[in-house]
Amino acid sequence: MDLQTLTYIVVGLSFSLYIGIAIWARAGSTKEFYVAGGGVHPVANGMATAADWMSAASFISMAGLIAFMGYGGSVFLMGWTGGFVLMALLLAPYLRKYGKFTVPEFIGDRYYSKSARVVAVICLIVVSLTYVIGQMKGVGVTFSRFLQVDYDTGLIIGMVIVFFYAVLGGMKGITYTQIAQYCVLILAYTVPAIFISLNLTGNPIPQMGLGSTISGTDTFLLDRLDQVVTDLGFAEYSTSTRISSLNMFAYTMSLMIGTAGLPHVIIRFFTVPKVKDARTSAGWALVFIAILYTTAPAVAGMARLNLIDTIHPPGAEQSLAYDERPQWFKNWEQTGLLQFEDKDGNGRITYSSDAEINEMVKVDQDIMVLANPEIAKLPNWIIALVAAGGLAAALSTAAGLLLAISSAISHDLLKGIFRPGISEKGELRASRIAMAGAIAGAGYLGFNPPDFAAGTVAIAFGLAASSIFPALMMGIFNKRVNKEGAIAGMVAGLTVTLLYVFQHKGIMFIASTAFLGDMEPNWFLGIEPNAFGAIGAVVNFAVAFTVSRLTAEPPEHIQHLVEDIRVPVGAGDAQDH
Amino acid sequence: MSSPHNENARHYWKANLRLMIILLSIWFFCSFCLGIIFAEPLNAFRLGGYKLGFWFAQQGSIYIFVALIFVYARMMAKLDREHGVEEEE
Repeated sequence: MDLQTLTYIVVGLSFSLYIGIAIWARAGSTKEFYVAGGGVHPVANGMATAADWMSAASFISMAGLIAFMGYGGSVFLMGWTGGFVLMALLLAPYLRKYGKFTVPEFIGDRYYSKSARVVAVICLIVVSLTYVIGQMKGVGVTFSRFLQVDYDTGLIIGMVIVFFYAVLGGMKGITYTQIAQYCVLILAYTVPAIFISLNLTGNPIPQMGLGSTISGTDTFLLDRLDQVVTDLGFAEYSTSTRISSLNMFAYTMSLMIGTAGLPHVIIRFFTVPKVKDARTSAGWALVFIAILYTTAPAVAGMARLNLIDTIHPPGAEQSLAYDERPQWFKNWEQTGLLQFEDKDGNGRITYSSDAEINEMVKVDQDIMVLANPEIAKLPNWIIALVAAGGLAAALSTAAGLLLAISSAISHDLLKGIFRPGISEKGELRASRIAMAGAIAGAGYLGFNPPDFAAGTVAIAFGLAASSIFPALMMGIFNKRVNKEGAIAGMVAGLTVTLLYVFQHKGIMFIASTAFLGDMEPNWFLGIEPNAFGAIGAVVNFAVAFTVSRLTAEPPEHIQHLVEDIRVPVGAGDAQDH
Repeated sequence: MSSPHNENARHYWKANLRLMIILLSIWFFCSFCLGIIFAEPLNAFRLGGYKLGFWFAQQGSIYIFVALIFVYARMMAKLDREHGVEEEE
């Protein structure tokens, strides 16, 4: 069967599964809509959290980034997993004990202030919306590539499907579809990795394959990889840092704190029955995430090696002739993401770090995971499975983000502030309308991508790190922090991070408005804008403590509230007011 | 609230903080210290084909993160019981 038909079948089957689950698990109450009725088993919740968390960025982009950065790519691996430790130890159990539906609701109550709640809602919407645009774009690209429709059609198909199960099902539907999506995406990620590892090293476990010797030789795979990349003039794979150790430190910290402050992940811990479950659930989420994240370095290293070996076959005198290039090379050339230019006119491909002689003028990092099975000559059904996996990753994250946005609007803004008397039915309707609106908004921006995919992801994490996480953490661990401190801290952290990003990348990412060029000598301590969330968080903490010291203590009932969330006893279900 | 109750809650919270600080120190040490700051000297050692610093950055730290959360969940459950603050079944 040809690849096209197979892709239709595999993607079609996986989608009917998701939609079937959404219809079966339709939400009937606000509680089911927001927190799935609070009755999700910790292991199931962990699996859903993993699907929620691992987006198109993790599935499609990350291994490609690592493949070309080598050791420097470790910031993503540590940053996007280490954040769960912070979440499990510092936030999840306490927020579960508090037992409300949304993150701004906690901030509003703890800091006894509607303004604090509104600031939190704004942070949440900015973070989630910027992040969801990237997902919609991922959906559009994957659909268009594998179903051979144009990008806009791909995006519309994606929007309709997200609309269906997110709007109908709410958290209850999303939780169960995300479990199915996790299974699809993890199979799609690990199966090709297992085959490739087996081919290269004879070891079926990719995590061990990367540390093994290449079949039939006694050279370690990583040593050979270091050898071939340095032969072509690139930095050594296993030691190349990203700019500097300090920058890697800040980048990792920023991603970790950002992870712990992402509202759509935090609300997942409101769905488990108990405080105890919130702790273990975070552990299970990380187990399921770690399966992909420890496989990714193997995918990355092996893809880089296979790519180079294809172009410069080991032992051969000359590099690959352009006319003899494999089918996958042609396929990706058509998308424009892979480009060859015969600079020396000898009809052969030269790949080098020297821009003068390099003829692989464009190798888009994002194609590595999708192209990997083709490069390794794996059967078509595996390639079809990878397409389904990429879509599952993008859709599950988009749905989780949309739910966070809609609950912030309907629950925090509408019910919490503007129309407290709204009925449960009215609130449910409002949240569905908000979600439909958010899908339309994200879709619109997906049609006209503002051309800042990497910048948006950076800012989503930077904002979460510099605004939401410190406010939540201080709310639990420090009784003295008051409303003035928390609001000033959030605003200061947010502003500092935004300004730093804008001054280097342009106001609202319009590059021409950048008043300081985006280059290393201009960076504060050599820290790149993507990594600045860590500094923003420090500013937030410092401002919040100082302002709190200078203003009145929080009222007594707030101190009791903090004492109460610190002990698990007496946690009820997640409650509406 | 009666004072023995407060005393108990205070002890519980202190024990919780102590556990948290220990676990977060390990968290920091294995990722930021072993994976980034000391990665270069550690690369002189090997784990199979992996250079050790590289291994901590791309594999080891992630395994340790997983273990840390489960250790925390288990120790906290014990602490909850000892202080009689666990949730009702």
